[in-house]
Amino acid sequence: MSYIAKPKFHHPNLPRNELGLTRRDYEGAMSTLCAGCGHDSVSAAIVEACFELNLPAHKLAKMSGIGCSSKTPTYFLSKSHGFNSVHGRMPSVATGANLANNELKYIGVSGDGDTASIGFGQFAHAVRRQVDMLYIVENNGTYGLTKGQFSATNDRVSLGRKGQKNAFDSIDLAAIAIQLGASFVGRGFSGDKEQLVPMIKAALSHKGFAFIDVISPCVTFNNHNGSTKSFEFFRDNERSITATDYIAPRETITADYKEGSVIDVTLHDSSTVRLRKLDANYDPSDSAAALQHIMKHEELGEVATGLLYLNVEDTELKEKMDIVNVPLNSLGVTELRPDSNKLESINKSLR
Amino acid sequence: MRLEERVEKMEKRPRAPYMKPTDISDPNYFHKVVDCQWACPAHTPVPEYIRMIAQQRYTEAYMINWESNVFPGVLGRTCDRPCEPACRRGRIEEKPVAICRLKRVAADHRGDIEHLMPSITPKNGRRVACIGGGPASLTVARDLIPLGYEVVIFDRDSRGGGMMRSQIPAFRLPESVLNEEVDRILNFGAETHFNHDVTSLKNVLDENFDAVFVGTGAPKGRDIDIPGRSEVQDNFHIGIDWLMSVAFEHTSKIGKKVVVLGGGNTAMDCCRTAKRLGGEVVKVIVRSPFDEMKASPWEIEDAQNEDIEILNNHVPEKFLVEDGKLTGIVFQKVKPEYDETGRRKLVPTGDAPVIVPCDDVLCAIGQENHFPWIERDIGLEFDEWDMPVVDRTTFQSTNPKVFFGGDAAFGPENIIWAVAHGHQAAISIDQFCQSKDINQRPAPDVTLISQKMGMHEWSYHNDISNEERYAVPHAEKMSALKDIKLEVELGFDEKMAFEEAMRCLNCDIQTVFDDVKCIECDACVDICPVDCINFIKNGEETDVRSRLRVPALDEDQSLYVSDMLPTGRVMVKDEDVCLHCGLCAERCPTAAWDMSQFLLKEGQAKNQRQVA
Repeated sequence: MSYIAKPKFHHPNLPRNELGLTRRDYEGAMSTLCAGCGHDSVSAAIVEACFELNLPAHKLAKMSGIGCSSKTPTYFLSKSHGFNSVHGRMPSVATGANLANNELKYIGVSGDGDTASIGFGQFAHAVRRQVDMLYIVENNGTYGLTKGQFSATNDRVSLGRKGQKNAFDSIDLAAIAIQLGASFVGRGFSGDKEQLVPMIKAALSHKGFAFIDVISPCVTFNNHNGSTKSFEFFRDNERSITATDYIAPRETITADYKEGSVIDVTLHDSSTVRLRKLDANYDPSDSAAALQHIMKHEELGEVATGLLYLNVEDTELKEKMDIVNVPLNSLGVTELRPDSNKLESINKSLR
Repeated sequence: MRLEERVEKMEKRPRAPYMKPTDISDPNYFHKVVDCQWACPAHTPVPEYIRMIAQQRYTEAYMINWESNVFPGVLGRTCDRPCEPACRRGRIEEKPVAICRLKRVAADHRGDIEHLMPSITPKNGRRVACIGGGPASLTVARDLIPLGYEVVIFDRDSRGGGMMRSQIPAFRLPESVLNEEVDRILNFGAETHFNHDVTSLKNVLDENFDAVFVGTGAPKGRDIDIPGRSEVQDNFHIGIDWLMSVAFEHTSKIGKKVVVLGGGNTAMDCCRTAKRLGGEVVKVIVRSPFDEMKASPWEIEDAQNEDIEILNNHVPEKFLVEDGKLTGIVFQKVKPEYDETGRRKLVPTGDAPVIVPCDDVLCAIGQENHFPWIERDIGLEFDEWDMPVVDRTTFQSTNPKVFFGGDAAFGPENIIWAVAHGHQAAISIDQFCQSKDINQRPAPDVTLISQKMGMHEWSYHNDISNEERYAVPHAEKMSALKDIKLEVELGFDEKMAFEEAMRCLNCDIQTVFDDVKCIECDACVDICPVDCINFIKNGEETDVRSRLRVPALDEDQSLYVSDMLPTGRVMVKDEDVCLHCGLCAERCPTAAWDMSQFLLKEGQAKNQRQVA
């Protein structure tokens, strides 16, 4: 880790967004992660996405659990709300926060241990319930904080740093998320912001559970020959299925693509996700086909990336539960305390 | 992949089709990144001496300066500071580092340096004449005497120093500071002939010198030709002549109402001097608009702080004379107009003429070279402007034995240019006297040394200060105006000097990139506080410049381009506003970035000797 703080000076020509802020205004404290950690690039991608979306930082909450990944919310959006929960329990806290105040945007940042092991059950139910949030897993296939044991997402064929073999099959979190009913599922790479930033922007504009599995190499414990989550292996073996463009609500949409090669999907906030199909047969609205696609690539020893599945028809948790659509702290006495006639009618209905 | 395999893979890659990888083995590349040193005519290693000052190593800081610019105490007070507008700090915040005033700190606080002076080798039997005893000639003497040359200096004044003594008032440059730095060189063993006006170059050449250096400056102040000029002889003074007369204590008073014509640094020195010799209402009146005055902004500021009014856009029309005595000057008001090429024309506004009453007028509208003492039949060519034809690199004239430098070479500049010329002329004279090719110049002494001390520790201080530029404290105005010899600027004390030194961005600590080690993890891109690092597809330079995270608009600032990386991209770093904070190197997992100190010492006559 660096001992000095990042200098305050920024480039004099640094662009400003609609709020008059620069990219630097969305940063957080200095990272204490290892030099070169993929997670820092994911933080930078979140910073970039929030800057480009003109998001006011105080309308955002960062949720996390335990792990290298879960430390990162300190390193971006220092002016946002945040909750650093117990190991693997971030989904519950995020669900509660979401029900209490849906005016905030929620970004959950988790790791492969926090999500695929200790928090697997929590994760499953947050997906199933369609909690309105962006859930990012910074996936490096290893337990970096405890010195590099295999995690549940480490591929069967992937070797340890000293050549150890892995006895178990891996969990593909993106495939699991599709199966459990997430309405937005993507996979990215910390070393490819061109792909990741538009995907985060689209996910933050999506209503419902948006999941992004980001392969984020651990330079200290899992970036060697024989690892399938190293920078080099991933670059050689990732297969982009779709390229995502995010088009803001008022932006004009220019179409200069071949018929059938592009799918435009309008999100709830009337922004548009444009999916450029890099694989002509791919249909991102068909969950079964998406799963099949992921598995097909897996068999070939490849990793499918891009926006894999998108469903804008499904409703999110609050709608499903028919809960009042304002922050609970804005409810006054009249809304919270029914008058005696109302109480009477409730009692009557129970008799 | 193992390193050897990667190296092999890199070697087999196709070469980048557009921008070629930057050749950092060319000393000019990193030298240009050190903006201040690059801008300094004498190429003083500025960040290195500023670092020494921060460490209270004043003597070493002084010696770095003395090696390059010979007069650190003088220049620390009077330099025109071409380094400061170039300073990178001025591009990331409002004001550059106070480089010039830090130089003075080194001079003010240094210890004994006698033992650090070059040893004087036994005489080699060669004699060199220096005509004029100013900064250019003294630099020639300093460079040549230690090599065994016998240097003979002629000057019309009674002491050495030239315009540093005659044109810079003592309240800006105390005599003791000047004497010390001038005498140090003279004490190397120069033969001096003061109060000696050279009236014929031919006679000097006849004395069998092996070479002659002309450093006679631009000694002729420009006169003004407007009605009434011939009638105001007693109350009209040419600025530089008058300043000299004050410096040598021939003049000690002036009228109560004084007008200074002109807007350059001489005008500023004239008005401030007049204020100290009894001038009560002193006005500087200049033809040009205020923003286009030639004087350095800080000198204008100092003059204004002493209640000197500056009237701009006023063109003098005639002198008013009553009973043979000057009573005032009539001015026409003008305004600037610019044509398409940006050329300025001053056109009358049509307002009524302005009459400014005055007792004395000081004319500081420019100065010129003057060579009536150089015969035109000694093989020394003059050009259409009656200036000697002098080679820009060697400073040799068309008479191979005669060299020029300082203002005498190409017209009025300032001290630091004279010093730079002196160094170059000394190299040429040394080569010439050994019958070697004078176009053979000594290479600079260049080192590039990693500053890595530990994982994230460097042997330079990379945590730069966010403070704004410190102002130099001034003497109390009333007492300053009463005493012409009281130095106005007090200089930084040690505490302020430290604080100011910490503003320096260490531009000599270079970011050195090794593409073989890079794994393209983006960590450097993410951490860089000024967004200067990019990994993008290569292209033509203008195209690459436009595609950076923040487009690189300043084409004077270089792009550092790597060879092609495994993803087919190249690393492009815009040097423009790099803070040299080293965070790219700290966040790099493979040490593909390193912070290395680039130290360049300009070649001098002595270096040529070492090679030969």
